Amino acid sequence: MTLAATLAELVSDFRANGRIVIVGASLAGLRGAEALREEGFSGSLTIIGDEPYEPYDRPPLSKQVLKGWVPAEHTLLPRFREVDAQWRLGVAATGLDRVARQVRLADGEQVPYHRLLIATGTRARPWPNPAEAALEGVFALRSRDDAARLQRALAARPSRVLVIGGGFIGSEVASVCRELDIPVTLTERGPAPLVGALGGVIGEIAAQMQRDHGVDLRCGVSVASLEGDAAGHVRRARLSDGTTVEVDVVLAALGSIRNVEWLQGSGLAAGPWGVGCDAGGRAFDINGVVTDSVYVAGDVARMPHVLYEYQFLAMEHWDNAVFGAEVAAHNMVNLEPHYRPHLSLPGFWSGQFGVNIKSVGVPPFGDEIVFTQGSVKDRSFAAAYGRRGRIVAAVTFDHGKWLEYYARLIEQSAPFPPPPPGWDRPDVMEPVPAEFPAPGVPTAIPDVVLTGHDPNERRAEFRPRGH
Amino acid sequence: MAEETPWQQALRYTNRANPYPFYAELRKTPVARQPDGTYVVSTYREIVTLLHDPRVSSDVRKLPSRAAAAVEPGAEPITEAVIELEPNIITCDPPEHDHDRRMMTRHFFGPADAPHQISDLEPDIRRIVAGLLDGMRGKTRIDVVDEYAYPLPVTLICKVLGVPLEDEPRFHAWIETALDALDFGPEAASEEMRSRLAGARRSVKELAQFMAGLLGQYAERPGPGMLSAMVHDGGPDGRMSEGVLASNAVLLLFAGHETTVNLIAHSVLTLLRHPEALEELRRRPDLIVPAVEELLRFESSVQFWHTRSAVEDIDIAGTTIPAGAPIFLVYGSANRDPQRFADPDRLDLERPDNQHLGFSQGIHFCFGAPLARLEVQVAVEEFVRRVENPRLVADPPPYRHNQIFRGPRHVLVDIDGIRD
Amino acid sequence: MRIVVDLNRCQGYAQCVYLAHEVFRLTGTEALTYEPNPDDARRLEVERAAAACPVRAIMIDRLDGAERGAAS
Ligand SMILES: Cc1cc2nc3c(=O)[nH]c(=O)nc-3n(C[C@H](O)[C@H](O)[C@H](O)COP(=O)(O)OP(=O)(O)OC[C@H]3O[C@@H](n4cnc5c(N)ncnc54)[C@H](O)[C@@H]3O)c2cc1C
Ligand code: HEM
Ligand code: SF4
Repeated sequence: MTLAATLAELVSDFRANGRIVIVGASLAGLRGAEALREEGFSGSLTIIGDEPYEPYDRPPLSKQVLKGWVPAEHTLLPRFREVDAQWRLGVAATGLDRVARQVRLADGEQVPYHRLLIATGTRARPWPNPAEAALEGVFALRSRDDAARLQRALAARPSRVLVIGGGFIGSEVASVCRELDIPVTLTERGPAPLVGALGGVIGEIAAQMQRDHGVDLRCGVSVASLEGDAAGHVRRARLSDGTTVEVDVVLAALGSIRNVEWLQGSGLAAGPWGVGCDAGGRAFDINGVVTDSVYVAGDVARMPHVLYEYQFLAMEHWDNAVFGAEVAAHNMVNLEPHYRPHLSLPGFWSGQFGVNIKSVGVPPFGDEIVFTQGSVKDRSFAAAYGRRGRIVAAVTFDHGKWLEYYARLIEQSAPFPPPPPGWDRPDVMEPVPAEFPAPGVPTAIPDVVLTGHDPNERRAEFRPRGH
Repeated sequence: MAEETPWQQALRYTNRANPYPFYAELRKTPVARQPDGTYVVSTYREIVTLLHDPRVSSDVRKLPSRAAAAVEPGAEPITEAVIELEPNIITCDPPEHDHDRRMMTRHFFGPADAPHQISDLEPDIRRIVAGLLDGMRGKTRIDVVDEYAYPLPVTLICKVLGVPLEDEPRFHAWIETALDALDFGPEAASEEMRSRLAGARRSVKELAQFMAGLLGQYAERPGPGMLSAMVHDGGPDGRMSEGVLASNAVLLLFAGHETTVNLIAHSVLTLLRHPEALEELRRRPDLIVPAVEELLRFESSVQFWHTRSAVEDIDIAGTTIPAGAPIFLVYGSANRDPQRFADPDRLDLERPDNQHLGFSQGIHFCFGAPLARLEVQVAVEEFVRRVENPRLVADPPPYRHNQIFRGPRHVLVDIDGIRD
Repeated sequence: MRIVVDLNRCQGYAQCVYLAHEVFRLTGTEALTYEPNPDDARRLEVERAAAACPVRAIMIDRLDGAERGAAS
């Protein structure tokens, strides 16, 4: 038999008799499972998820669910085909043994696999002081249960809500509070909301939008402590500028932590940055060598993108989970040269204060921004981000119909600033610095050290900080 | 004389019933410069690209080269007649476009938090359709255009706008005269077409005056419908100027039925040409929703649109459309583009991923699409259900002259009766 | 029934809102929100909305009524 025939047989045998395990039963996990079946995989498929629910959609949680329109349990994701899988819901994976090819579950069971898809996503970064975090009325928002709890708290019409953190989720929650006519204070350590994702120029527009809608916005301050009453309910927040805010609901919207703890000791390139993988979703081991049996998709993945100088990017957006899972699934049941890359442009949306904010590309990759269409005053505009004379991202406020024009320019690495539109030109069309904060030094990343002297024996190893 | 381009051939009246072979030829050059300097875009991808390109204008006043270029005689005057009207939403750019369309949206669809006005019309639509079919009882031959496809949309748009149905014979004649005179092809230069032009200009003027008169009446005495509401209540965006309102009212009245007529007529025609599809729809009435999408893809009621131009040089598909050049987007061809639709000349009522351009895309996406869809869904569903053994009398049927709003003049059908 | 709208694709044409305003709503002029698990009685409306979306952003469960296999 020729080598090609042998390989083809291998692939078809795997598709018929292989054993695939997916850890993480949410958007990426579900779409990955469907894609595997779509690709013709008919072997055994197990989906492990620590939440007790079948896969549901998270974006509605901070929008229509909090508003009280849609119950949190009404967010179940539609299914596009049968997946015929063993669902192990309500049980966490606690370990991965890549030598024995087994996933260890919290109930002690070992689940064997030939190929593994890691789709464990992220969780909300909790308020760092555990005693304060445990106060009644202090919330985080990631899961459907979180949303149901916070929704109930808002429905009880608190006297004031404090949102800590002006990222997308924090801003959306502040928006819902205003729609419900609940007083809300939002604190943001940076100079404006959304600066991390969209830079200071857009952040300033977002800040004005929040203020116009009655948000008590405090930028450049952080929350020093939360204080409760005798019954253990949060009542007050002390800010770094010495002021206090009386509140009875607090949302800590501090960003996310990637769910990688269960991979400790697995020898994968997994850490606070996520799980490193190639653009085909194949995980790297700790040495940066690509594995053949472990794949990653969704919020937990970090992969290089050709349009962004091959930098490793974690794209914690909905469409990245969908496309990434489809690509990983395809590659799990194929061999070279049939691998497919996950090359779609990142994109996201956020509805807040009655405005649809959308973006394509990677805004923080740019260092300049130029308004290209519409009116900042009316909060209805398009703007492009540039770096070294080419366009790398775009953002629109209520101008979503034009976004695909910019997506095409980004895909073509078109010059920045882009050509002016034929009409509806903004008042100012000069590029200005986009004002992204300097990348902060993450505090929890352990050092990676090399061991061994013989070049054949050199290996990487994690060494936690403080040693 | 130079050989005619595929586009010019597609526009010839003799090819009205089947322009598709010429479109196939046309698509070999996705962006094709015509002798008169117009750039004709015929492929799906390029059309979608241009619909989202802010260097393309829909404003006819921004067609600088139109007068200067060696325009085919005849192609121009009717456009000028349109220019005599104030700009309406289909012939203007943002921000005016977005602002005016937003105002009209509120009055057409209802309040932003519950825009129910169009879906509320369904019982009316069903009643009108039932009445039209009941009226065919006892007949053995019907004209689907005059007796079915035309009365429904015209009745509805009059009701929605508040245009008295008694005025229908007058505005119908004006619109017909104008449509019959509009020609972008080689025949525009003919004596016949030239002689139609003067009448067409007069008709457009009379229609505009009629509309201004109606708005004037409503200004004095409020009445039913959207136009009166717009005369009296500007809402948060202010009030539309009289001229702009009149122009948009003309657009709504005209676009509100001429297109829908063609889709209903073409749908019946197409189904009678595809008995298996007709039978399938009879057995599974729930297919009507995807079926109407496919019928619109298959025979697009707006074959192309002609008011766009490049404001800057635009590089696309290996061609540069120079600033000032008119751009025609041929939706009817894009909807048959094999690069986008598998087996595009086949009618497939359950076609997956049927993202056709029958209503366009981008900011000029058809304003009345929800109304049109509802009307056509009910009309076709009920025709299929109630008309017994319909048979085409002539195939192809005679076509109307107009190239943009392409549709049969009559569709004669022999029938055995009308079911309950 | 279950639906999801790919809001990256959605361009705010509001066609869905006009056809099924109990299920789809706009906040402002362009930001779409919706009920992801609408009542089965709304199926026709929702199907009309999905077919009318100019960018096919509305996706409907294809297994409605069938066995999903996941304990819920
Ligand atoms: C409130 C909110 C609003 C959002 N809004 C938007 C938006 O507007 N636009 C946008 O683009 N994106 C938005 N997102 C982001 C989007 O929801 C995520 O990108 C998407 O959910 C990622 O899917 P995923 O499957 O990769 O990860 P996740 O959805 O995080 O799923 C991971 C799953 O794995 C489970 N898991 C973790 N560890 C284990 C383990 N050890 N064993 C078993 N199971 C495990 C988790 O419990 C979870 O169920 C929002 C997210 C949230 C929370
Ligand atoms: C089957 C029926 C219909 C079809 C196929 C159709 C098709 C179209 C198309 C293709 C356009 C875009 C033109 C362009 O390229 O700029 C358009 C725009 C428009 N249509 Fe329709 N249409 C139909 C029915 C209606 C109805 C019933 C109404 C009114 C009630 C209507 C009102 C309009 C208006 C006002 C515009 C201009 C929108 C803008 O520029 O913002 N149409 N239509
Ligand atoms: S019809 Fe489609 S594009 Fe328009 S708002 Fe609805 S989902 Fe979005």
